[in-house]
Amino acid sequence: MKKENFIWSALKIGLTSGAIAIFICLIGMVDVFSKRDVVEEVITLGQFVLLATSVMAGLLASRRTVHLLGREKWTAALVSGLAAGFISGGMVALLVLLGDKVNLRAIFLNASPVLYELLTFGKGVGNIWVLPLMGALGGLLGGAYLYLPGRISHPVNRGLFIIVFMALFAGLFRVIFINQGPEMEKVAKYLFGQTGLTKAGALIFFFGVILITVFWTYRGAAVRAGVARLPKAGQVSLRVIAIALIAIIALALPGVSGPFISQVIVTVALFILMGLGLNITLGFAGLLDLGFVAFYAIGAYTVGLLTSYGPFGLQHISFWEAIPIAVLVSIAAGFTLGLPVLGVRGDYLAIATLGFGEIVRLLAGSDFLSPYFGGPQGIIGIQKPCIGVLEPFVKMDVPRVCHPIWTGDFLFLKNITIGGELGTPQTIYFVAIAAALLVAFVAWRLRESRLGRAWMAIREDEDVAEALGINLIQTKLLAYMLGAAMAGLGGAIFATLIGSIFASSMQLIVSINVVALIIVGGMGSIPGVIVGAIALIGLPELLREISEFRYLLYGAALIAMMLAKPEGLWPSQAAKRELHHENTEAQL
Amino acid sequence: MAPILTATKVTKRFGGLVAVNNVDFEIPDKAIVSIIGPNGAGKTTFFNCITGFGKADEGQLLFEGAPIQKLRPDQITKLGISRTYQNIRLFADMTALENILVGQHVFLHASWMSAVIGTRKQRNEEKSALAEAKRLLDFVNLQGKGDMLARNLPYGAQRRLEIARALATKPKLLLLDEPSAGMNPRESEDLTTFIRRLRDELGITILLIEHHMRVVMGISEHITVLDYGEKIAEGTPAEIQSNTRVIEAYLGRGAATEGMATARERQEKKKAG
Repeated sequence: MKKENFIWSALKIGLTSGAIAIFICLIGMVDVFSKRDVVEEVITLGQFVLLATSVMAGLLASRRTVHLLGREKWTAALVSGLAAGFISGGMVALLVLLGDKVNLRAIFLNASPVLYELLTFGKGVGNIWVLPLMGALGGLLGGAYLYLPGRISHPVNRGLFIIVFMALFAGLFRVIFINQGPEMEKVAKYLFGQTGLTKAGALIFFFGVILITVFWTYRGAAVRAGVARLPKAGQVSLRVIAIALIAIIALALPGVSGPFISQVIVTVALFILMGLGLNITLGFAGLLDLGFVAFYAIGAYTVGLLTSYGPFGLQHISFWEAIPIAVLVSIAAGFTLGLPVLGVRGDYLAIATLGFGEIVRLLAGSDFLSPYFGGPQGIIGIQKPCIGVLEPFVKMDVPRVCHPIWTGDFLFLKNITIGGELGTPQTIYFVAIAAALLVAFVAWRLRESRLGRAWMAIREDEDVAEALGINLIQTKLLAYMLGAAMAGLGGAIFATLIGSIFASSMQLIVSINVVALIIVGGMGSIPGVIVGAIALIGLPELLREISEFRYLLYGAALIAMMLAKPEGLWPSQAAKRELHHENTEAQL
Repeated sequence: MAPILTATKVTKRFGGLVAVNNVDFEIPDKAIVSIIGPNGAGKTTFFNCITGFGKADEGQLLFEGAPIQKLRPDQITKLGISRTYQNIRLFADMTALENILVGQHVFLHASWMSAVIGTRKQRNEEKSALAEAKRLLDFVNLQGKGDMLARNLPYGAQRRLEIARALATKPKLLLLDEPSAGMNPRESEDLTTFIRRLRDELGITILLIEHHMRVVMGISEHITVLDYGEKIAEGTPAEIQSNTRVIEAYLGRGAATEGMATARERQEKKKAG
């Protein structure tokens, strides 16, 4: 076989990365990201993304060269890194030159003068040489990074990561800090600017993380050994302290972070509920369900119809009374879906369930059933949960009044209220978190039980499972029903959170999101569902600025995930063991 | 001895192909019985008829006097028939212990609600199930391998685990589909001893499909020969070895086995002479 030439490979990598950079420019990402800073007055997010492509190109090209020629040939490695970065930057420069002569805008909407201005740092085409130069520099940096010893590159890596992370969420942190009073406001303004980190903030975070990483590298083993040396009681109390800390943070979070973050957390919790439900049908029992949103919708509509004080309210019962009914109705729906598709396997099952999801959505929003479900107008005026005494229903469109359990002064605390209406995201937060914890516990117990093993056996080999005495009908139906119950609970909380529900919000994309979060988190893994929900639902909600590119990044992340870490972010024990075993085999 | 399983005129068709044709068959209680025959003779199909995998189109199957041909596989398992597979079919992504625990499914009764709450009864049941699974793991010589994923076990261990899983259902009749496939002579000798132990110590009736003639002839008390879905012979190993129809069926396809090889030599001599 002909030996691969390192120059050729650098060229290829450079061209690929250049193409990616042009793509990023033409879809308007650079444009949008330039309004955000990573570090104020130093580098915008748009510049950062472009620079990152050439650094990555340099890194990859150098690594390829090292792989081909060996680590000693460092000049060749650096040259190929530099070349790849140069090509990458050069291609963007060519785009600008081309755009200067030809009107690309007829095809590419984002190929605007604003973009060219950004790319040439506001100095016009005369300044074009900066692009390849920056690219080459980036590529060189990427190549040089390879030659940094681990004890330097590791902390630097972490430091850079924290800068980007903090910069992305700068707005959020700023708000949280400012909410805490004037003292913290000063701190916030010192660390965070309007659009990103301040220079001081960037330095503080960078070196702070580097210090921690270095400390942990040298002292981490000793600390861990110290903990291990503690007597058992000591370790237990350490754990108790850790759990108590987490609990306190969880309890204080909505008050500290304000309505927006609470709303995001509640959304994540609702997706965790749905994810845990689908994790039972798909993760445990291996039954793909692409219409899972149907159960969410059914839970939501049940609560809506039973508690609404609007025109479609049927019963005017309280949220707490409606919840068990919503769960039961969802279970019945799970049974109804499960029964006809019992004998359907694999791809066919996916299509059948997809149909079920669409049927539920279309029926709920149809004119035909609009006298019952409100059609496209949906159901409005859903009663908020009340802790305390709920006054009886008076008349339509008037919410029932909720009286707290107790109000008054207690010792030095004035105006204490216990209970009351859970009308805001910050209060519904507690309902959602409690429900997610409860359902995670149930899922975990089920997994370790006879039923859980039967589900997994069905997932692995349905015929053999049946031949070992597992009743397929009963076991599969239980998977659909219990999964539906969890999603229904999520829908019920969703209904009361939003206060109104519309069939149009029960789209197929919700089902797909749930499947995706399970796969990304790790099929069949309960912590995986939580991690997946945070990564796929929470992060995009928080990073509103990039919501325009949400599904692009989503898709890229999914592909990268499947290539690099197919077992998921937090794989189930079995998958982890398997991977570990393959590693040990590879070493032999 | 009263037969534990009686098949009367069992027929199974796949479209126009008659895979099993009018087979009468009987397994005496606590016997070791084999079915042999060339590839495609319908042996595995017959197994599937017994275990309910593929229902027989015609005929009757009586297990301990009760008809089973209309039952689902899980119901048949509950009555006391269990099996292994020609191509090993373990739950590959579950651990060895979990595989055996699934086999115990029919003996565990705790509902899922008691599992969620964690009642004392459910916990005790789980504990004793785990102890039983470990005992079975020891029985098939896989001690200490309980936490390994089934897919990562070596081939021979997978075969034994599959038998352990089948034993977990506490069968009265155990169907083994080519248990010695892929084994060297020493391993298949161990297997022969092991199968005898199953019968002698646990009192399990054994029905074997086997190609290894050394195993078949060494272990079986009774052999039935199938060819093109029809029963062409049955009897003791000695009777089968000298049965001309059997020799023809095998020689026609060029299969060489020990017992048959001598017959072939005889025939060749005849031809030469």
